[in-house]
Amino acid sequence: MDFHTAISSGIAPVWQHQHLLGVEDLTGDEITLTLDLAEALQVATESGRNKLSLLKGRTIANLFFENSTRTRNSFSLAAKRLGADTVEFSSSGSSVSKGETFIDTAKTIEAMGVDAVVVRHATPGTPHLLSRHLKGSIINAGDGAHEHPTQGLLDLCTIRQQRGSLKGLTVALVGDIAHSRTARSNIWGLLKLGAKPIVCGPATLVSKRWEKMGVEVAHSLDEILPRCDVLNLLRIQFERQSTRPFPSVHEYALLYAMTNERMLRSKKDILIMAPGPINRGVELTPEVADGPHSVILKQVTNGIAIRMAVLWLLLGQKEPGKGNVSVAQKDSKEESRYV
Amino acid sequence: MMSSVSVSSEAPKDNWLIERVRWIDPRAGTDRIGRLLIVGGKIAGFDCLDDDVPQQVNRYDGTGLIGGPGWIDLATELGEPGREEDETLATGLMSALAGGFTSVVSSANTIPAIDTPASVQFIQQKAARTGLARVYALGCVSKGRHGEELAEIGSLVEAGVVALSDAPNPIDSNALLKRALEYCSMFDKVILDHPEVTSLSYRGVMHEDMTQMILGLAPMPAESEDLATSRDIRLVEATGGRLHLLGISTAGSVELCRRAKSREEPLTVGISIANLHCLDTQLRSFDSNCKINPPMRSQIHVDACREGLADGTIDIISTGHRPCSLEKKMQELDAVPFGMVGLETAIGQVVTHVIEPGLLDWIGVFQKFSSRPAALLQIPGGSLSVGETADLVLINPTDKWTVDAPKMMTKAYNTPLHRTELTGRAVATFVGGVLKFNLA
Repeated sequence: MDFHTAISSGIAPVWQHQHLLGVEDLTGDEITLTLDLAEALQVATESGRNKLSLLKGRTIANLFFENSTRTRNSFSLAAKRLGADTVEFSSSGSSVSKGETFIDTAKTIEAMGVDAVVVRHATPGTPHLLSRHLKGSIINAGDGAHEHPTQGLLDLCTIRQQRGSLKGLTVALVGDIAHSRTARSNIWGLLKLGAKPIVCGPATLVSKRWEKMGVEVAHSLDEILPRCDVLNLLRIQFERQSTRPFPSVHEYALLYAMTNERMLRSKKDILIMAPGPINRGVELTPEVADGPHSVILKQVTNGIAIRMAVLWLLLGQKEPGKGNVSVAQKDSKEESRYV
Repeated sequence: MMSSVSVSSEAPKDNWLIERVRWIDPRAGTDRIGRLLIVGGKIAGFDCLDDDVPQQVNRYDGTGLIGGPGWIDLATELGEPGREEDETLATGLMSALAGGFTSVVSSANTIPAIDTPASVQFIQQKAARTGLARVYALGCVSKGRHGEELAEIGSLVEAGVVALSDAPNPIDSNALLKRALEYCSMFDKVILDHPEVTSLSYRGVMHEDMTQMILGLAPMPAESEDLATSRDIRLVEATGGRLHLLGISTAGSVELCRRAKSREEPLTVGISIANLHCLDTQLRSFDSNCKINPPMRSQIHVDACREGLADGTIDIISTGHRPCSLEKKMQELDAVPFGMVGLETAIGQVVTHVIEPGLLDWIGVFQKFSSRPAALLQIPGGSLSVGETADLVLINPTDKWTVDAPKMMTKAYNTPLHRTELTGRAVATFVGGVLKFNLA
């Protein structure tokens, strides 16, 4: 679909969210709309060769309290391709060690006149906390192990691009499910678009409780491998684990790494995905990462498109610099007295 | 319902005739409407003849109200010394009075911790100067609450501590708890323990279950509490020492305690009122005021706790009052300290979630909040017998009100109950026969 057709056909105004905090909050239709817009914007920007001015005059702040290069750059590029300005803020330490509260930092950045804040933080719920204190739109770029909605959306976008539809596809998320925000955002999206998600990994990192959400739980990759249409190999989050949940990287790789040998036992058209950064030799071997089934780099490209779509959905239909003042003023008055 | 106060300028402040109140005496197990006479700050008679009422008396018409011995809260955090940004003795004790509490047993987790006679005296003297509710101090089990070596418990007892506790920290070391139980038995003092195996709940934010799995917050599994409860019970059996489990919250703990009590172990069991009705799903809001310890559990655990309350497994309800300043609660959830305030909402929570659903009657509730804590700590209270000090609360059991957290007396007002409608609240609180709080 052409981007201008998408707008004029009146699909876009169905989007009612001020913030993007999680895929869990979106309906299947809203997800589909986002994917449609992403594809349209990718065409309209000619994959970056053409810059649009849809968000001219808007400023988007990247507020990263956790290390990130790809997500931050992806958001920056997305904003720039739509004609918006960006302001970068990153801090590795927590707000406590800096002596300034996290909210004060965000308010300071917002006071510089930004329309949207893209936030990444190690603690689940921080974007939600910000959304109660700031006037502009908040985009969750990853909150601890909770959600990473744009990653989830770009993964969905990549699968749909390759397969036309997600309906009925068996998609396995392999690895550290317990600590993975990408897994959660994917699970919500896959369920809403009619795919069959499987979570697969060591029992210490994959809770049986996922079954109650309609997700298949598996601990043996070899067992599920022949049924999978897509494998999304999640990174082992060494930094979030308090005690080591498996004996060694070697043993993990033995059980869960995607190797050439395992490729032979997979479906002929299996898609290999990884949200990155990838640990080569841990989650997958270099031959698989760079092989013909891998769409890892397409995910990166689609990431920019998804982020353009999200920025436009949140900001494109509003006056510049005004955020959502009518809503925000009411809220901030209430919330400043009480959190 | 019409209650009215008529204060006589000539009458002593501690002479009162409180009339037409439904009086609950949890120790005697009585529930009757009548009038109570207070003379010189002591309970002087019940339904006495007009001739026996002194000329100089203040009158309180309490039509429609429920009255009884003032409530006693265990391990209440009052901020001083060291955490005055969260609470002060003055604000904490005003909050207590407004909630119907005439006595508060102050937690030892101050800065510095209450592990020397001097720190006990500081609390006692400063609390007395406020002239508000009574304060009984807890002393630490271990020096500095570090959980390593015993504090000077004998000196603390001599200075007047009513019990020993490292709460809100658990006593992680098995050896230390065993030694402490043995040592405290010399003084006939009870240890209040918060049951938690911290290696299982390390950095935990919320109860481990579906909601936690979805939100990706660090887990506090039920078995972390179950194991500690089980360990505590076993050490009570082994030592014969006295132990009170401060706040249980899991189905496993309830069952373990039920079995232990059937063997008549010297064990008492407490619960924070929030754990009788708050659910882990409330964390969906990411409201930092819902981060409490013991954590809000899932329905199955809350149901088990309610059953344990109804069948007598749980002896004492406390408010779990842990004030925490706004700037601390405004941080990211990982960094936010545990706690919610509870003194001023306790009666409302009890009427709404315990009385109205028929879990306990009023005698039962007064037992959990006054006679049982008094007996546990061997302190006055919990009775309406003639000659007792007139520490009393009058409750309006039908008043529907909405919690307005910033308007509460407590300094920090961190509560997930903000804007919640509750039924029932304290309307008058008497300490030593003096009307210290009156909801005008």
